[in-house]
Amino acid sequence: MNMFFGKKQILKNINIDFPKNKVTSLIGPSGCGKSTLLRSFNRMHDLSPDARIDGAIKLDNLDIYDKKNSVTEMRKRIGMVFQKPNPLPKSIYDNLSYALNIHKFPKAAIPELIEKALKESYLWEEVKDELKKPAVKLSGGQQQRLCIARTVVLRPEVILMDEPCSALDPISTHKIEELIMQLKENFTIVIVTHNMQQAQRISDKVGFMYLGELIELDTAENIFKNPKQELTKNYVSGHFG
Amino acid sequence: MIKKIKYFFNWILLLGSTLLVCLVLGVILWDIFSKGMSSVSWNFISQFPTDGMTKGGILPAIIGTLLLTFITTLFAVPFGVACAIYLNEYARPSTLTNIIRASIRNLAGIPSIIYGLFGLALFVQALHLGTSVLSAGLTLGLLSLPYIITTTEEALKRIPNSMREATLALGATQFETIKDVVLPKALPGILTGVILTMSRAAGETAPILFTGVAFYINGITASPNQEFMALPYHLYMLSTQHQAIEQVKPLAYGTAAVLILLVFTLNIIAFYIRFKHRTQD
Repeated sequence: MNMFFGKKQILKNINIDFPKNKVTSLIGPSGCGKSTLLRSFNRMHDLSPDARIDGAIKLDNLDIYDKKNSVTEMRKRIGMVFQKPNPLPKSIYDNLSYALNIHKFPKAAIPELIEKALKESYLWEEVKDELKKPAVKLSGGQQQRLCIARTVVLRPEVILMDEPCSALDPISTHKIEELIMQLKENFTIVIVTHNMQQAQRISDKVGFMYLGELIELDTAENIFKNPKQELTKNYVSGHFG
Repeated sequence: MIKKIKYFFNWILLLGSTLLVCLVLGVILWDIFSKGMSSVSWNFISQFPTDGMTKGGILPAIIGTLLLTFITTLFAVPFGVACAIYLNEYARPSTLTNIIRASIRNLAGIPSIIYGLFGLALFVQALHLGTSVLSAGLTLGLLSLPYIITTTEEALKRIPNSMREATLALGATQFETIKDVVLPKALPGILTGVILTMSRAAGETAPILFTGVAFYINGITASPNQEFMALPYHLYMLSTQHQAIEQVKPLAYGTAAVLILLVFTLNIIAFYIRFKHRTQD
């Protein structure tokens, strides 16, 4: 798949598969297109008027860019967690109930689904007594786990994460990494990260991108220990980036 | 040393300009309140004018101005906010959008007397609404639209895209995103703009001149198809058109003081909303 912003080609001949229930990391220097690639998986570029995509992105057999398919249904199946925690200006509870309500989940099932999602996001113990509190009052790390819970509550098949720890302190980062390792049992996770140690710790597969191209895609072990490409080797050993 | 003197001189110059502006405002307020407050009393704001408007109060003018501002707001806010939402959330950058934006900016620059003439032609004559508080309110609404659109758009622009992405990524439609996240977040900013526009509209004279304001009416304007009295026009009339100008001067100053107090109240409310919103962030 190729992607353009206006006349400028941002992504070049990307061909990539994401295995089910695994964590795949995309790494690469700033501006290599890894976030752009990630955001194309749930059509987040729809907001940019001059973004254009060639080729196809598929979830099972669903063509994500097919005009016939509903964007909102697709985004229910492919959730996303952003770089900066962006809780809705609502209570903790309503941050989770919001998506359930717009997708018309049965009212009676909602409290249970919310509790489950908060438990899966390791947030339940910290917030169970103050679900009515505004979400913005939580700490940064808690907010990010809330954003993950908000995504998880819809039971998507894929969760896209765009540098989810880059705005967080090391302890919160550690918690989120543990959470990601847990979540992959139920979800397929694609994560963009700047942090190579993080990619090494949490990924099953790692894709290295450079200047809009996918240079190498392999198991985490191979990418970090035996990279096949010279560029990958230079990057993971810290020669540039 | 020379550099220091230069800096000092520049500083004095800037401070001086600021103080001068404040001084002018202070003098205006002092002049109006010192001469006007003596005639402002409960009776002044709660009674009808009597004796050829040389005595009595300004109740009908206060009611007229409030009613007028209400109609203006009722008309301008929904249209203005809708237009701003379209421009900021839906419209893609294109020649058409640029033309629309430029037109709106130019609308804000049209002299208010032109709005008055336009309102006379459109509402009073073509639409047969007559000279009435409705015609005048709609005319003022047209005048207010560009301000409401601009301030609302500014408020919408301040909402970071990450907020929109949050709900979009959950599978919300664009409309749901605007309704549930963008508008609630932008509401204080929009309200501030609306109130400031209202306070501007309350003080306008020219647009209502041909469209419905009256020299004097018997009783209170109770329905939108009646003519009305308004504070700014009452003031204009007392200070230039009245047969006993010297005699009614205190009343004119009193009217000015009431008008300023009304506008100040609106501005303080707007200021308070903005302040409260800022401390929340």
